[in-house]
Amino acid sequence: MSTGLMSTPLAGTTLVAALVLLLVLVHRPLGAHLHRVATSERDLGVERFVYRLVGVDARAEQSWAAYARSVLAFSAVSVLLLYALLRAQAVLPLSLGFGGVEPSQAWNTAISFVTNTNWQSYSGESTMGHLAQMAGLAVQNFVSAAVGIAVAFALIRGLARASSATLGNFWVDLVRVSLRVLLPLAFVAALVLLATGVVQNLSSGVDATTLAGGTQHLTGGPVASQEAIKELGTNGGGFYNANSAHPFENPSGVSNAFEIFLILVIPFSLPRVFGLMTGDTGQGRAIALTMAVLALAGVALANLALAQAGGTVPGAVGAATEGVETRFGISQSATFAAATTLTSTGAVNSFHDSFPAAGGGVVLLNMMLGEVAPGGVGSGLYGLLVLAVITVFVAGLMVGRTPEYVGKKIGGREIKFASLYFLVTPALVLVGTAAAMALPSARASMLNSGPHGLSEVLYAYTSAANNNGSAFAGLSANTTWYNTTLGLAMAFGRFVPVVLVLGLAGSLAAQGRAATTAGTLPTRGPLFVGMLLAVTVVLVALTYLPALALGPLAEALS
Amino acid sequence: MRSSWLSTHLAAVRALLVLTVLLGLVYPLAVLAVGRLPGLRERADGSLLHRPDGSVAGSSLVGQSFTDADGKPLLRYFQTRPSAAGDGYDPTATSASNLGPEDVVDTLPDPKAAPGSDEAEGRQSLLTQVCARSAEVGATEGVDGARPFCTRDGVGAVLVVVRTEGLTGPATTVVSVNQACPEQPFLATYEGVRVSCAIPGDDYSHGVVTPVRDAGRTSAAAPVVPSDAVTASGSGLDPDVSPAYAQLQVPRVARERGVDPDQVEQLVAAHTSGRALGFLGEPVVDVVTLNADLDTRFPRRG
Repeated sequence: MSTGLMSTPLAGTTLVAALVLLLVLVHRPLGAHLHRVATSERDLGVERFVYRLVGVDARAEQSWAAYARSVLAFSAVSVLLLYALLRAQAVLPLSLGFGGVEPSQAWNTAISFVTNTNWQSYSGESTMGHLAQMAGLAVQNFVSAAVGIAVAFALIRGLARASSATLGNFWVDLVRVSLRVLLPLAFVAALVLLATGVVQNLSSGVDATTLAGGTQHLTGGPVASQEAIKELGTNGGGFYNANSAHPFENPSGVSNAFEIFLILVIPFSLPRVFGLMTGDTGQGRAIALTMAVLALAGVALANLALAQAGGTVPGAVGAATEGVETRFGISQSATFAAATTLTSTGAVNSFHDSFPAAGGGVVLLNMMLGEVAPGGVGSGLYGLLVLAVITVFVAGLMVGRTPEYVGKKIGGREIKFASLYFLVTPALVLVGTAAAMALPSARASMLNSGPHGLSEVLYAYTSAANNNGSAFAGLSANTTWYNTTLGLAMAFGRFVPVVLVLGLAGSLAAQGRAATTAGTLPTRGPLFVGMLLAVTVVLVALTYLPALALGPLAEALS
Repeated sequence: MRSSWLSTHLAAVRALLVLTVLLGLVYPLAVLAVGRLPGLRERADGSLLHRPDGSVAGSSLVGQSFTDADGKPLLRYFQTRPSAAGDGYDPTATSASNLGPEDVVDTLPDPKAAPGSDEAEGRQSLLTQVCARSAEVGATEGVDGARPFCTRDGVGAVLVVVRTEGLTGPATTVVSVNQACPEQPFLATYEGVRVSCAIPGDDYSHGVVTPVRDAGRTSAAAPVVPSDAVTASGSGLDPDVSPAYAQLQVPRVARERGVDPDQVEQLVAAHTSGRALGFLGEPVVDVVTLNADLDTRFPRRG
């Protein structure tokens, strides 16, 4: 340990540089591993055993419709069983004496974890026993992440295959991603977290007599195992209410940096799989570069906004320390906040509701980008590939040529899938927010009034529909209205896009491969990266600017 | 079709059950088993602090309140940050305040309202909480507790200005909304209009909320009380304070324990950790282990 010779901004910048370096180093081997997982013909022994138990033929390929039906069936079953587990908690072991979770909250939580959102309307330490956390919530942390990656694999196959009626086998993708990728990585990550001081026990807690003579109930739990997959799978549901601000989830600057790395590592490795499978790693690099530019901009803006400490309370305090842990400081909290909202993670190590208005606006904008920079595991890649399809279409219109992407013609059918995909989330966000603002009972849940109150509600629907799960936590969201409507926003925000992506993949796979000609727009150079960036930013700006102007912008400018 | 629908869902149930066993039981229990190894075990159990008699005094990772039954600081201890977890540092109710950057108007306790109701209790805005803490820490440590946007008596310096055209035009009425009558407003006049104190229960929402930066300060210098001393942490369990806030507390703790400030300073240095690898995290002082050490080395006399 050296003492703090660096300034906070310099230390924060060094952390960002170290993360970039680490991701550049790791994305190739991890991308290659993911590529093997997606393409290998061989099954491991344990996988053959699982396929036998499940009763699926691992060699049978599925059409896009069959793949989609399997995704939906698995997710529906997941919601039902998780709902049942939460409701029945009282009679199960390791409940810590907590009763069954209330119906609307159990529905909201089940949807939330199955859709990889991990929005939490409950407080972990006073609602969930250890079995519900381990065998319910943490299992969905794994498999919802695996579903996202599986759908991304299917879309890549659609782009990579020619004249094919099939996109792979969902059950094989699900089991392989869970057992060959997420499980070993999570195990290693959990051990690292253990070493930094994250707890892992099945204790119901320890009663301490504090130094000052008071009592304190120190909570226990299998936290390290859950924390690892929570970050790695871009899930974000905290074991405890305080999420990654809790010292038992994130004890030090080291664990904090490691958790940010875990959040980003799979989303930034998946474009490599796209490059390897389409046989042109330059295509993958262009996608990764687009993600990186947007991500660095998001990180820089969040850091600037928090360092500025604009607004009345931050001005009185002299720094944006409300809701921020001393051991992380301002900059490394801002970087965590950016990472968690740029991916669909939603874990927090500091509380966004108390950020200076500009900082709250940046994290909101990060989510509104559609979670593509780099986005959630799998969902980030398929989201950006859909935007790439829209980009070549827009470019094709400008020069009057038939748009193509990696040898696939983008016709009317493809562009319908792509534009519907883009419309789903904004519709959910804006209609949901408008409906909530129209209802007096829903307005009453806002902790803050005025533009900040609108930001709380807008943030909630943005977070739910984009499957992020972080919160402007001042909103009292544990009401029947919010539990139900945010649950619906999460479900539609996840599965409508998934079906559209698979439809797009099916339609692309069925095509032959068009030859590259002089008239083909190159989709691997800086020109394309610039156009993809512009399309992403312009689409977001046009969609959300009015709502942002009434919320964080109004607050920052007043 | 029907049977295919059913078989897909049955396959889904079987897949989920198998994966639940592997990922929901085998995996966490394997991590649990590794966590029992010597070296990892005490971390996996929560980095507990034990007294010589074996009883648990807390965790080195989790902050504690160092206050008496009335919430007054115990002067012989270094103080932790304000906490929004339950009644303070309650691990069964971890929380941040979640109050926004423009939460500046108090709901003043209304003596006319039904006893026990929200109106009778009132609510302090985040700004007033910050100002009150700053004044209190200043008084405890014998330094100036002034901050921007705070009155001298430690509430948010906020005016509601009623103007002829709503947001613009000349001011007609100006109220210092966080100062209940008969308190003296922190400012005599604003834009030539006399500033009045606020009447609890009155609605001032038709005016423009106007925080006043230089309300109670004699100089424009940076506040003496550090920022972490006046803001709640994210978890409500922050065990650390900044080195600056620890330094501020050294003379008082040394005086209360009747020891040389240098000795206390050395102990603070021993409980200060810098950034790992020079750049990870922030330099901090762990108040819980520092206070435990103080109790061992310099038990208060008499």
